[in-house]
Amino acid sequence: MATIAGAPPKVRPWNDPFWRGLAYQVALAVVVGVLIVGAILNARANMQARGIPTGFGFWDDPARFDINQTLIPYSATSPNSRVFWVGLLNTLVVAGVGLVFATMLGFALGVARLSRNWLIAKIATVYIEAVRNVPLLVQLLFWYNAVLKPLPNPRQSIALFDLAFLNNRGLFLPAPVPKEGFVALPLALGLGVALAAAFAWWARLRQRETGAQAPVGAVSAALIVGLPVAAHILAGAPLAFDMPQLKGFNFAGGFRLTPELVALTVGLVTYTAAFIAEIVRAGVMSVPKGQHEAAAALGLRAAPIRKLVTMPQAMRVIIPPLINQYLNLTKNSTLAVAIGYPDLFNVFAGTVLNNTGAAVQIMFMTMGVYLAFSLATSAIMNAYNARMALKER
Amino acid sequence: MDPRAFLRTAPEPTLPPPPGATGFFALWRARLFADATTGVLTVLGLALIVWAAPILFRFLILDAVWTAPDGKACAAPGAGACWAYVWRKFPFFMYGSYPVEHRWRVDVTLLAGAALIVWLLWRGAPRKGLAAFLFFAVYPVAAFFLLRGAEFLGLPVVSTDLWGGVLVTLIMALAGIVFSLPFGVLLALGRRSRLPVVRAFSVGFIEIMRGVPMITVLFMANLMLPLFVPPALSPDRLLRPLVGVALFASAYMAEVIRGGLQAMPKGQFEGAMALGLTYPQRMRLVILPQVLTIVIPGIVNTFIGLFKDTTLVAIVGIFDFLRTVETARLDPEWAGPTIATTGYVFAALFYFVFCFGMSRYSLGVETSLQKGRTR
Repeated sequence: MATIAGAPPKVRPWNDPFWRGLAYQVALAVVVGVLIVGAILNARANMQARGIPTGFGFWDDPARFDINQTLIPYSATSPNSRVFWVGLLNTLVVAGVGLVFATMLGFALGVARLSRNWLIAKIATVYIEAVRNVPLLVQLLFWYNAVLKPLPNPRQSIALFDLAFLNNRGLFLPAPVPKEGFVALPLALGLGVALAAAFAWWARLRQRETGAQAPVGAVSAALIVGLPVAAHILAGAPLAFDMPQLKGFNFAGGFRLTPELVALTVGLVTYTAAFIAEIVRAGVMSVPKGQHEAAAALGLRAAPIRKLVTMPQAMRVIIPPLINQYLNLTKNSTLAVAIGYPDLFNVFAGTVLNNTGAAVQIMFMTMGVYLAFSLATSAIMNAYNARMALKER
Repeated sequence: MDPRAFLRTAPEPTLPPPPGATGFFALWRARLFADATTGVLTVLGLALIVWAAPILFRFLILDAVWTAPDGKACAAPGAGACWAYVWRKFPFFMYGSYPVEHRWRVDVTLLAGAALIVWLLWRGAPRKGLAAFLFFAVYPVAAFFLLRGAEFLGLPVVSTDLWGGVLVTLIMALAGIVFSLPFGVLLALGRRSRLPVVRAFSVGFIEIMRGVPMITVLFMANLMLPLFVPPALSPDRLLRPLVGVALFASAYMAEVIRGGLQAMPKGQFEGAMALGLTYPQRMRLVILPQVLTIVIPGIVNTFIGLFKDTTLVAIVGIFDFLRTVETARLDPEWAGPTIATTGYVFAALFYFVFCFGMSRYSLGVETSLQKGRTR
């Protein structure tokens, strides 16, 4: 009987997958390393030649410019580090407000596009296709330069029920003013939320035991809205509203949203909503038709079918790309630089960078912030996907 | 008597549907007034159309100024969109400040590019390999020499400072496409490689590019690229954002192609390996042709995003189409209340035509790719 004797046949190193792989990786590492080291050396030489600061000394230098929307105390003598925080907060404001409204509008449009009503479905389709296929920058410039800038001056403001006033200085809203005894309101709100959570918990337990359903939504809404309103009346109206008043050539009092903030929010919301609508549509359509038919065969009406059968299954498909859209909205808020809204990118990577010249440090810091948003988003998404993964036997 | 007399010998005649269930009116009643809620929604929708349509019609067509020698007619109160202004500025929107006597060079370049793209995208067109070679290897070089000019060809050099308008927008988009597809394929393969260094490099590049806003990449390219190279090699003003756009698009392209690679059945890789093909052969002959076919919709969607994102170069000072619209808007000779709106409507139409066309194409490809599965 023939046997295979001796060592396995000798493979030349350049045919051996191990050595070959190693060679490729070393080559790539060397090329990338040379590029990076070369870039660093060049950057150092170029920066010295042009007198660009290399350290982080600029961080504590005074900023010497004003910002027209600051959520924390800021003045032109504040250090550049303060500019960073002001900008970051402004970014978070526009992203936070934007994603709430974009979600509402997006879900409405997505459902409308699937509506049995032909006209509503067509209107939603036209809106979605028109908005999705035009660059966001064009839309932002349109809202700012063609809609908000030519608005009349404060004397001829567009008034909404004498509560809100829109003019070329911005949108003026009533501002809440806390008075004595105001502390009762947050307490009542907290109590309402806690009671609503307890009721939802009890309802879930009871449904599991007996199968009976309780009106969780209505009771929660009544508790969360009703208790603070009741507290407001009982405590002698501790929350007043400062109404915007026309004084001379401008409004005094109230709460002013700058035209830049309004334009950026409207632009981001209308744009992102079109993408969210498509996600919602895809999610709803991903639920097999049999689910709807089986639920109808069980005798459920349209509303419970939507609430108990279709939507829970659609949400599993909707939520991951929805979170991705929130990240996109945050990243797109950097287009604020085109219309002058003081977001992180505009004031920090724009103005501070121009003033100090510290391009490398500032660009890497700004990119790091957005990268952190992105990493946080993917962490949330991975956690969600792990939780929602179908538990198979 | 025949014992089977109770059996039918002829089918029962088909009855017409009950009255009122078919026909034009029944169809539209079902579509618009099926029940009370949809009826109310229909009325609201109609109200919206009745309110908005006349406003749009009056502004865009009825009150619009179609021809005018200067901006006076457009500045008149009650005037609608100023199409005369678009017409007057049209050459500027198209070519920027490219010298008039050399504009034929732009036309030739763009037409050649369009022809090659049609050849590549037309499913069923012959000699796709030749088209790909021409588009990805020959065309960029030829376009560069034609647009920029070269003394040995007898074409005077036109500085990139003069380029602008649709020309620059399309250059950005075309360069993004030409560069991002091959580089995206490499990155996607790198991300699925079993070599840890290659994988780490690909993942790092893709995730960083996809994690930051495009405008930061453009700023980086604009401000820092000149710092990273020796002063003698300092890149051209137009080249810097071009590099940024191309790198940014590659990362997104890589993820689309990775999706296609993951959708490939394992048997394809194993079968190719069993035939004794080397890694490049396996990829070139077996895997990539299949992957690139199934991800065409994803690739086209990335192009749509890329095309819309080219507007961002306007922010870093490049005279792309949007920037020419922004500049022309401020021309004092045409100052008027409707100029800004007219300009943006025109810009929106331009981008819409391209993006919507691409998305219809992608939809068509998707449907025809599904055919095999929905038989």
